[in-house]
Amino acid sequence: MKHFAILASASIAALITAGAAQAGTPADTLVIADKIDDLITLDPAQSFEFSGAEYNLNVYDKLIAFDPKNLGPLVPGLAVKWSLADDGVTYTFKMRKGVKFHSGNPLTARDAEFSLRRAIKLKKTPSFILTQFGFTPENVDEKIKATDDETLVIVTDQPYAPSFVYNCLTATIGSIVDSKLVMEHAKDGDFGNEWLKTHDAGTGAFKLRIWKPNELYALDRAGDYFRGKVAMKHVFVRHIDESSSQRLLLEKGDVDIARKLTPDDIAAIASNPDLKVENDMKGRIMYFSLNQKVKPLNNPKVIQAMKYLVDYDGMTKSFLRGQYIVHQAFEPLTYLGELKDNPFKLDVAKARSLLAEAGYPNGFPVKIYVRNAQDRLEIAQSLQNTFAKAGIKAELVVGTGKQTLTVYRARKHEIYMGAWGPDYPDPNTNADTFASNPDNRDEAKLTGKLAWRNAWDIPQLTKMTKAAVIEKDTAKRARMYVDIQKEVQKRGPFVIMFQKIIQSAMRKNVNGFVTGGAISNAHYWTVTK
Amino acid sequence: MSAQGAGKQAGGGFGLLSLLSRLRPLLNLFTSLAVTFIGLLAITFFIGRVMPIDPVISVVGERAPREVYEAAYKAMGLDKPLIVQFALYIRDVLHGDLGKSLLTSHPVLEDIKRVVPATFELATVATILGVITGVPAGVIAAVKAGRWPDHLIRIMGLIGYSVPVFWLGLMGLLLFYGKLGWVSGPGRLDIFYDGVVPQVTGMILIDSLLAGDMTIFRNAISHIILPAVMLGYYSLAYISRMTRSFMLEQLGQEYITTARVKGMSERRVIWRHALGNVMVPLITVIALSYAALLEGSVLTETVFAWPGLGFYITTALVSADMAAVLGGTVVVGMVFVGLNLFSDFLYRIVDPRAK
Repeated sequence: MKHFAILASASIAALITAGAAQAGTPADTLVIADKIDDLITLDPAQSFEFSGAEYNLNVYDKLIAFDPKNLGPLVPGLAVKWSLADDGVTYTFKMRKGVKFHSGNPLTARDAEFSLRRAIKLKKTPSFILTQFGFTPENVDEKIKATDDETLVIVTDQPYAPSFVYNCLTATIGSIVDSKLVMEHAKDGDFGNEWLKTHDAGTGAFKLRIWKPNELYALDRAGDYFRGKVAMKHVFVRHIDESSSQRLLLEKGDVDIARKLTPDDIAAIASNPDLKVENDMKGRIMYFSLNQKVKPLNNPKVIQAMKYLVDYDGMTKSFLRGQYIVHQAFEPLTYLGELKDNPFKLDVAKARSLLAEAGYPNGFPVKIYVRNAQDRLEIAQSLQNTFAKAGIKAELVVGTGKQTLTVYRARKHEIYMGAWGPDYPDPNTNADTFASNPDNRDEAKLTGKLAWRNAWDIPQLTKMTKAAVIEKDTAKRARMYVDIQKEVQKRGPFVIMFQKIIQSAMRKNVNGFVTGGAISNAHYWTVTK
Repeated sequence: MSAQGAGKQAGGGFGLLSLLSRLRPLLNLFTSLAVTFIGLLAITFFIGRVMPIDPVISVVGERAPREVYEAAYKAMGLDKPLIVQFALYIRDVLHGDLGKSLLTSHPVLEDIKRVVPATFELATVATILGVITGVPAGVIAAVKAGRWPDHLIRIMGLIGYSVPVFWLGLMGLLLFYGKLGWVSGPGRLDIFYDGVVPQVTGMILIDSLLAGDMTIFRNAISHIILPAVMLGYYSLAYISRMTRSFMLEQLGQEYITTARVKGMSERRVIWRHALGNVMVPLITVIALSYAALLEGSVLTETVFAWPGLGFYITTALVSADMAAVLGGTVVVGMVFVGLNLFSDFLYRIVDPRAK
């Protein structure tokens, strides 16, 4: 018995003291704790997840880009100059000279031609971002052409707002891949998709060393980068599911940045002098919508009343603190045409009088469909509470994401509470869904459009959205989106409440970590320590 | 089971007949293995398919245009009848192809090679800790039944059973990593050591020893110790309870009284005679608790960011990534069957009657 006890305690003691924890990351290495289990492919022609967009931003370049230090105007990427011909459809890009892919292959306009054609021919989910300009697998060889090694010409099917075209080219799908390397790995006409899902063929500041799904990806500095000096030699992005684990790692200095801390953990580290927290805006909008097929939700006065029955400030000051800010227009802030007005606040008396005018002085019963995610349930419960103050008896119908979405897409809901994130960094992405409904019939099945899902028949707004997307004057185009948003704010069956913000907690010595606002993602090359 | 059959047959006959009869148990074993596996796969496959999760959405996202969705639906073979899909899957498995995971874009076999060693390493260290503490604790509890050491061990066991592993893991991290700094944090290694030693077995403790890199070995130890102690605590709870009850049964037997009457030392009576006789059922208990750790430590894996099999299968399951789920199921099935065979084999070593 003694032997056992001695053996047991000796082995435990030996094991515990064997490796003292080493604190601090090397000066040339950036370690990020994040949730990256959504990363399912590294191929930029296929990638459509949050983590994928960030990975691709650091490993690939696009023809044109957002400047991480000044997220307004577009700046040169792999193209140094670009122009639109007088015909309004022919775009010409002059390529940057002397850029090499991670493989060592030189970059030419042929690679740009290949990459864009490939994205269209592969027909993966994000391909609509490019095909909305009239490209098809059949015509793209004609429409997108490298006329020589330095010149790429793109011809759209009709004139569009140039800012719309350029903004779409900054999306992940606009990444330029190494045509030679990718085609060496092509199999059965897949344009190297199977290979590129797990490999790298970019020109970005970093090259892929390893990707272990649900665990980490590790990047190494690729060499000289045309956009500037890259301070970090190595970047590790590690999947840590638990906020508390992320926080511990950050506090101990085993990671430099923690990206997914809960508001409680953020509050807990606020007083730590070794750490700092930076806020940034993201594109996700939280809203609820009223099905216009359902009475009395289609009554304009009822719609108005609903907008005064939301405790916007109360929620962002309590359970949504640090996660959302009040925002009442469908374009995320920082997008072209952003609308900053927040005309609505909780005003039960006003809502009551509007309901009385509509003929519902005692309210009515209604169902709110909501996904079983914590923040959404909390919002829905708050709505239930404030609705009740005006006599509206709301019943929550809670389901999985897929269940509620199925009801919503079939136009069978009454009120749907949900979130919407933009698909690409141009205002058309949200305008096209909130303010465009070309065919309101059930058979049209325009399930991608929120206006259709809510049976909101809006010929005038649809026309305005169409006009905005082809407006050449960017300033005028921005004003058009403001007008459209004001109209939706006033009449629309959408009660837009919040915009997402993210909080990145980091060690004090980390500088230059830009998370890219609503239109872009985190850049690693700007980071110094 | 098969051991007795083999023993009976061994004595009689010769030549072809004898060879056949010697092979029969082996053949039986293989048939039962094949039936077990196909049954296991069929159940997993069909349960996976009736779940209200659309695997196509996991791949293309909810906003995919209809033609993209339909192309993916076809490419994944979902347009074929279920039974055909299953038959095709079995055909591929027999050819050694477990398919590709939808979620990781990697071949399932490659994923499994990556995640299984992590789980295996953790479960093994945990089981070793559980056994070297749980067995003596159980013996002491039996010998001192009804007195304070027994109560103490029972309380410890009860805590082990009832405290959520999630909470215990976080508290352990907070204390031993956060406050005291005795151990390293979540993950299998400090991140910059990742990929430094060449992968041979996938188990970092062994690979680092093979490479002769003691720095990495120590680092790996400092990472594995806390999750292993947490998991080990759970098997301690189970193993000590079982040891106690087996021992109590033995201690009441006549041969123990005889041994005592003969003047044998109490230590020898308990640790040699009584414990020796509970080894057979105890091995089964240990094997089962080991197997449970191999497939069921999802929460520990989450808290400690341990990229293991439990986490892999769970993630795959909620996204209807069937190739990954089935691949994982095959592995778990093999582990159970393998451990059963192994404990059969151990019986024969510790108990001559089983021969």
